[in-house]
Amino acid sequence: MSVESRRGTAKTPPNDVNVGRRVFLGLAALGALGVAFGNSVQNFLGDVVGSGLGGLLPGGDRFRIYSITGAYPKISRDKYRLKVSGLVDHPTTFTLADLQSMPKTSFTKAFQCVTGWRVPDVPWEGVKLSDLLDHVGVKSGAVAVSFDSYDNADTESLTLEQAHLPDVIVAYSMLGAPVTTEHGGPVRLYVAPMFGYKSLKWLSGIRVVDVIEPGFWEQNGYPVNGWLDGTTGPNNPDPGLT
Amino acid sequence: MSIIEAPATSLRVLRFDRVQRGAHWANALLFFSLMVTAIPLYFGSFFGIVWPRHLIEMIHLWSGLALPLPIIISLIGPWGKAMRRDVRRINYWTREEIRWVRTLGRSTLEADKFNPGQKLNAIFVSASILVMLVTGAMLQWFRFFPVSWRPGATFVHDLFAYAIFFAVFGHIVLALTHRNALRSIFKGWVSRSWAERHAARWLREERPDNTEL
Repeated sequence: MSVESRRGTAKTPPNDVNVGRRVFLGLAALGALGVAFGNSVQNFLGDVVGSGLGGLLPGGDRFRIYSITGAYPKISRDKYRLKVSGLVDHPTTFTLADLQSMPKTSFTKAFQCVTGWRVPDVPWEGVKLSDLLDHVGVKSGAVAVSFDSYDNADTESLTLEQAHLPDVIVAYSMLGAPVTTEHGGPVRLYVAPMFGYKSLKWLSGIRVVDVIEPGFWEQNGYPVNGWLDGTTGPNNPDPGLT
Repeated sequence: MSIIEAPATSLRVLRFDRVQRGAHWANALLFFSLMVTAIPLYFGSFFGIVWPRHLIEMIHLWSGLALPLPIIISLIGPWGKAMRRDVRRINYWTREEIRWVRTLGRSTLEADKFNPGQKLNAIFVSASILVMLVTGAMLQWFRFFPVSWRPGATFVHDLFAYAIFFAVFGHIVLALTHRNALRSIFKGWVSRSWAERHAARWLREERPDNTEL
């Protein structure tokens, strides 16, 4: 049977157009373009409506819960311990009650994920990281702080200077309640001026060190200095860029 | 052969064979599972849930991975003849059908087995499955893709999720308001008089009978 006669059957008359293939490939191409340029579109939406696509729907400006390991470490509040070690005068292990007895810092700030979603006006409560560091005493020669998580996967780091910013806290309360397991409770880090991946969940340890140790996400390609405005130097705004 | 063939005057004609009905409902079940689990995954903290999030994620993941199977299985193999014939009908459009879409349904049209709107829906669903599967894999196994793709993959997964919710909602509303067509996805057949009114070209070209009812 020749090609012509096969195409000439009633099923696919020669005049017919393969609209299916065109629309299918068009939508697939739209998806590929979206993967390539979606971030720019999200940023544009963020500038125009104040959030990503999710913000256009009621209830859409909410947290999306990520976990590197797929698990959510469940640590009871009375068993929780935070070990502060490294180049410090007094290595200390804090309980949740210890942290709560320290001077409290609370403010309301947005949580901005590097993947484009944003939760505005989140109430946070905890201890300033700088207060904690002052409490244990940082030795000379220290340049950075490394963070470990109870998920045994995530790690993070900040320079000592970044760690002393007033809106970098060890948080035990968010959204007006104790930090839930999903959100990294009982205690998590919150680094307000940087993207969410810097706000490590299920904080287990703080080590004061003499070298910046890029964290999990930085090893996977995100900037070590995850400033929300996109500058990548250690200081914000990056003096090297001006 | 002539014994089991239905007479031309049969009042019922086969619209969907068992394979197609099975594929449709397996596909619908997976879509339902994906959409139901998507809601707490997108709006988890909105609902204030503390229930097993990991389980919800796993249901969503495995439903997603299984999503192409009903269509692929129903298309390949000797049992997929009717399915393959319908895919061809959905893909190949006459000039009249294209004009019908361009004029938003105002031009005359001798309807095929599926009207152009139904065809577009089917094409959209199949393309969405591919797009959601690929972007979903990028989100699940993010370590194997450049991190710079992650925001885009999130964006596309969101965008298509919204579109799918609207398309499925429209599909269900239209199905519930067209009882004759709806019956055929349960029982397989439509009345010959319905087919003459709504799918005349199909009736003329394929002469469907009720042998597989």
